[in-house]
Amino acid sequence: MGKKLSYILTFIVMFLFWILLSAWQLYPDTPGKFDVIHISQGIAAAALTTYLSRRVIFDLSKKWYVKFLRAIPYVAWELWQIVLANLDVAYRALHPKMPLDPVVVEFETPLRSDLALTFMANSITLTPGTITIMVEPEKGKFVVHAIDRKLAKPLVVDQTMQKKLAYVFMEGQHDSSA
Amino acid sequence: MLFSMLKPHMEITDVFLAVGILITISILMTMYRVIKGPTTLDRVMATSVIGTKVVVLLVVIGYLFERPIFVDIPLTYAMLNFVGTLIVAKYIERGELWKPYT
Amino acid sequence: MEALHIISAIFMFAGCFFMITGAIGIIRFPDFYTRLHAAGKCDTLGEVLIILGFMIYQGLSFLTIKLFFLSFFILLANPVGTHALIKAAYVTGVKMWRREENG
Repeated sequence: MGKKLSYILTFIVMFLFWILLSAWQLYPDTPGKFDVIHISQGIAAAALTTYLSRRVIFDLSKKWYVKFLRAIPYVAWELWQIVLANLDVAYRALHPKMPLDPVVVEFETPLRSDLALTFMANSITLTPGTITIMVEPEKGKFVVHAIDRKLAKPLVVDQTMQKKLAYVFMEGQHDSSA
Repeated sequence: MLFSMLKPHMEITDVFLAVGILITISILMTMYRVIKGPTTLDRVMATSVIGTKVVVLLVVIGYLFERPIFVDIPLTYAMLNFVGTLIVAKYIERGELWKPYT
Repeated sequence: MEALHIISAIFMFAGCFFMITGAIGIIRFPDFYTRLHAAGKCDTLGEVLIILGFMIYQGLSFLTIKLFFLSFFILLANPVGTHALIKAAYVTGVKMWRREENG
């Protein structure tokens, strides 16, 4: 039942997105037509995309609504980190002496699933001063390049991001009973 | 306000024109790295950056010519630029894109 | 110019500032990995801010949602491209610049 429901939900979302982009006629002056030819093209396009991305978007595994609700404050924190990252790079680029001290660090995380590792790699790339180089899915090991030794400290020593993601995806050591 | 000191009556199209000129200046500055970059990956990275800036420039041009519905074309070009960067990076990393059929 | 236009102009000029700073960083930094830091991060936020300025100028209409999807796509796609490039550089063996001890 889980697989069929995820197919149908993905198809509905893709079809609504197609209607939004091509056939929406809310006001009289929006460019879009709502007749049979366009709707059948929309159904074909949505069906093909649904087949190609079957289990990526709506993975109705255990307790996905809890993960979705916990992800929203995490995304808000993430957007604030993007602004901080850009201010930091602007400071380093415009300073006349250019203080840089690049270093490569490695660390391990308790995350194992695909989606959690992808979130973590993207978040590391958007945080001030770090870019992910390599990820090892079996042991959750990350190899990270940092632009300054002091900026690698919140990742390796404090581990703020690992704790936040383990809370969102429920894969930490404390509540992996899902 | 600061804007009223520059011209007696400043329109929003002047802001669009200023933004377009600033983006073109930053594209020309990045071209320096395309020409000079010692490794190939320098040039690939600068091309990806220029691709993103061109997307923004196309949206600005669409607004300057009073046809903002032009935004479909930058959306397509953003996807093409992304896929192109991924393909070149994969080729440099592995030496081939897929195993040859023997 | 009304208040909405002034807010939109502030966002656009902030985005332009980040883009120009990113271009200065790409020229000045000494090494491929550090240049990729400047390119991947400044580019993404500058672009999102400029398109956010356009969304505020347009108001609530059919075009705003298309612009939102454009900026959302770039926000997700640029870090993936950055990670692919830095992995290719690390595996191929591009030299890394370290700060010397007498600097």
